[in-house]
Amino acid sequence: MEFEWIKIPYSLLTLFIVINFGLLLTALIQKIGARVGRRHGIPIYQNYIDLIKNYAIRSSITHGFMFYLGPVFRLSGGVGLLLFVPTIYGSEMFSNLSFAGDLILALYFVFFGALGMALGAGESGHPHAAIGVSRGLSQMTAAELPFALAVFSVALQYQTLSVTDIVAAQQGGVLNWTLFTNPFAVTAAMFSFLGSMMRPPFDVVLAPQEIPIGPPTEYHSSYLALMQTNRVIFPVAKIVIYMNLFFGGAASWPVFFLKVFLIYMVSVFVGVAFPRFRVEQSIRWFLIWAMPLGILAIVLV
Amino acid sequence: MKEELKKRVIKGPDGFEFEVDPLQDYYCEAPPTVQPAAYQKIVEKIFNWARSESIWILGFGTGCGAIEMRPLMTPRFDAYRFGVQWRPTPRQANLFIISGYLSTKTLKRAIRSYEQMQNPKYVIGLGSCTINGGMYWDSYNTIKRLDDYLPVDLYIAGCMPRPEALLAGFEEMKKIIRAGKAEGGNLYAENFDWYKANQKKVIHDWDMPEHSW
Ligand code: SF4
Repeated sequence: MEFEWIKIPYSLLTLFIVINFGLLLTALIQKIGARVGRRHGIPIYQNYIDLIKNYAIRSSITHGFMFYLGPVFRLSGGVGLLLFVPTIYGSEMFSNLSFAGDLILALYFVFFGALGMALGAGESGHPHAAIGVSRGLSQMTAAELPFALAVFSVALQYQTLSVTDIVAAQQGGVLNWTLFTNPFAVTAAMFSFLGSMMRPPFDVVLAPQEIPIGPPTEYHSSYLALMQTNRVIFPVAKIVIYMNLFFGGAASWPVFFLKVFLIYMVSVFVGVAFPRFRVEQSIRWFLIWAMPLGILAIVLV
Repeated sequence: MKEELKKRVIKGPDGFEFEVDPLQDYYCEAPPTVQPAAYQKIVEKIFNWARSESIWILGFGTGCGAIEMRPLMTPRFDAYRFGVQWRPTPRQANLFIISGYLSTKTLKRAIRSYEQMQNPKYVIGLGSCTINGGMYWDSYNTIKRLDDYLPVDLYIAGCMPRPEALLAGFEEMKKIIRAGKAEGGNLYAENFDWYKANQKKVIHDWDMPEHSW
């Protein structure tokens, strides 16, 4: 396949839309969480202001080379995840840089940012960061296992590793979605989804009340702003994958916005209803409840 | 000076000997510098507006006033509406609220936390204890005027001020920031020696680096 240069501005446009959507979406989600607690919550545009504020901080310090690269890795993990899967199915403009084996690449990108972050936070030399990293990585590994199993199951089911083909196979009615054709895989993946959205009950890693805020303890000003940008891109990118693999993809932006919001709300519903797990509890939970489902999904296919 | 703070030679596990000075900051010894504002006035104005609308408070409580900050996170007062949030680490916070009397022991921690915050940074003194010592004015162990040790931008008077007073204080603070007058971080850097001298006058067992970077 020939590479077309026009894809680059198109992907940048996708990125732009997703960043703005993500900024508003995360604020909205926080607001919903606050409303459940009977608070009014932050203004919907608060994320923009926080971002400008963090870029505007005049001084910043560094702890070394990896400390710089941590947030950069993190951001490229989020952006890469977004750009290598088709955002809008069937649209020439927003299929981004997707290609035949992109599913494996996406799996890799999910982990990439976290690893970069771990190196950067480790270099900051703050004990809280080190504890946060070890907690985060162990929880994340446990949470990604069911997802990986589910992905393999889906890949086996459709006999392809291309996200576009998987979406194509799900077209033509709700009942064609993987959700109905392979419910075990979807359930396992959704369990893993809860674990990776950094909402309760699995947010012990980043929760400010726990070991102060975990890996980003030492990050500030523009470093933090980079990470904030990633924190709005990454969930959306992750949900895009879920949407493509399990919920039939999206053929237009309104459908995209709606589906992303609804999938995000799954983790919110669980999050406001359940208290926080400790790390070892959540790992056990993933291994006991989510893993067997993933294995079952592979066996049944 | 305490025994563990003295300079000493330590032998590593592989037989390698090296000198350790617990009071030296191995990362950076330089005193803080004045950070200029953005070159363009209009940019600085936008930045100041953003700073005023996104105030991140360091979750650090001293004295009785700390109890008055907690209700601000609850549904009744809900400071998040005003763009006020709490951060657990000084690196990410802009606003330091000294919430009441400050014993000299806590002053040490307050100084270290303040110095780790990034410019621009603001300090609010909460309660009369931070203004003139309040009802602890003759205590042997607390400081009287906070302004001598850290550059204070705003006082909220009262013993103790209600959460509503704090909310009003935040609004005042926003006005100060928007007017570009909240330059406490630079003030501290300019008069660094004066502040250090004051701090050392009350902290007798100085056991930290000259400037926490
Ligand atoms: S001003 Fe009053 S309430 Fe506040 S710390 Fe001092 S004594 Fe306590």
